[in-house]
Amino acid sequence: MIGVCLGIPGRVVELTDEGLRMGVVDFGGIRREVCLAYEPDAVVGDYVIVHVGFAISRVDEEEAARTLEVIRAIPDALETELGATGPIEDEPRETEPREAAGR
Amino acid sequence: MKYLDEYRDPVLARRLLADIHATAGHKWTIMEVCGGQTHTIVRQGIDELLPAGVRMIHGPGCPVCVTPLEMIDKALAIAARPDVIFTSFGDMLRVPGSATDLVSLKARGADVRVVYTPLDAVRIAAAHPDRQVVFFAVGFETTAPANAMAVLRAAALGLSNFSMLVSHVLVPPAMTAILDSADNEVQAFLAAGHVCAVMGWTEYEPIAARYRVPIVVTGFEPLDLLEGILMAVRQLEDGRHEVENQYARAVRRDGNTAARDAMRAVFQVSTRLWRGIGPIPASGLTLTPDFARFDAERRYGVAAVTADENPACIAGQILQGTKIPTDCTAYGTLCTPRHPLGAPMVSAEGTCAAFHNAGRS
Repeated sequence: MIGVCLGIPGRVVELTDEGLRMGVVDFGGIRREVCLAYEPDAVVGDYVIVHVGFAISRVDEEEAARTLEVIRAIPDALETELGATGPIEDEPRETEPREAAGR
Repeated sequence: MKYLDEYRDPVLARRLLADIHATAGHKWTIMEVCGGQTHTIVRQGIDELLPAGVRMIHGPGCPVCVTPLEMIDKALAIAARPDVIFTSFGDMLRVPGSATDLVSLKARGADVRVVYTPLDAVRIAAAHPDRQVVFFAVGFETTAPANAMAVLRAAALGLSNFSMLVSHVLVPPAMTAILDSADNEVQAFLAAGHVCAVMGWTEYEPIAARYRVPIVVTGFEPLDLLEGILMAVRQLEDGRHEVENQYARAVRRDGNTAARDAMRAVFQVSTRLWRGIGPIPASGLTLTPDFARFDAERRYGVAAVTADENPACIAGQILQGTKIPTDCTAYGTLCTPRHPLGAPMVSAEGTCAAFHNAGRS
């Protein structure tokens, strides 16, 4: 998470105010204090993209789903053209199989 | 993790790849601007799975990498002072300056501290009123609002012992510098999603129109990158040159207005020197006159420091995409992530480090 351009989506679990709009964001079990000054409308339960301790965007759930629908709508027939194309792998820390997700 | 795992689905990735293969009828060269995107592309081998005619070039979007050597030397000069606590994102610590680097300086007793967020630097300043706290403010538009808030907080708290060494750069001027270059090969861009989360994409519209290049605002996960590449290839094949948004779940047309307002209050646009590229007019940020009292360059009189790049390092050509790391004779031998010659081998977002970590030779 040190990367200067990296942003990670996490769920707002707590809002606080120290003269600055702050909160706690959960990243798959790891919790961090985050500044929410730039997402003044974010509420507990919202997903935000966090960069160097600042929420810079709220994740739009409808758009998130729509992107996946568009990709899922690409015809399966094309797959046969290439067959298995190899090493698109999950990050090493993730172990559960994802094969069923697109079906 | 939600909003990460589903965009790493290998089945959907294969469908996108197949669609790219079916769509691409000509040779195309596409640049991904952001180092985070380079990291995903190289780590997942996406570039090697594309049709032979579709070439990805890795752009200058690694803030650590484009920070000029003289700025590292300025940081080292300030961090060596006994009255200073020097704070920085971790990436900057191993970047070699002319004579040493921050991590070596720390080993010799300098008070150099890694912070996760610039607000931590402000907290350290508030907790140590007897010391000077300097924050090394590097980054693109993604990071500028966070660094702006640190200055606003220091001002609100009346902290006179906080200052910032500012080395902020902007993406659109770098893109136009690449397009204006005589040996430019870039025909389409994947724009950096998180830069656009802050800035929106309106400033890319004149670039797409003037240079007739498709620009696709793209996210960072494998499916995002594949879809971004597909959208760019479709535009190229159709002869279109529009700004499109692949990363719709995080990016709105106008970006984040609260973040941009803070940025504009604290920073103004200025000429910046880019490592390996040289000075680009209106390509970076400096503190506005209202906040110039927080400028560490002035406070410590280092504004005039200059430095010459290591001639063995081809960082400039790497950053412009005219060479790849394996073209470099020092790659993997004289230059490794443990003993880097140049910044692209240091940062997690650097092209050389991405190649090295993926075992490419």
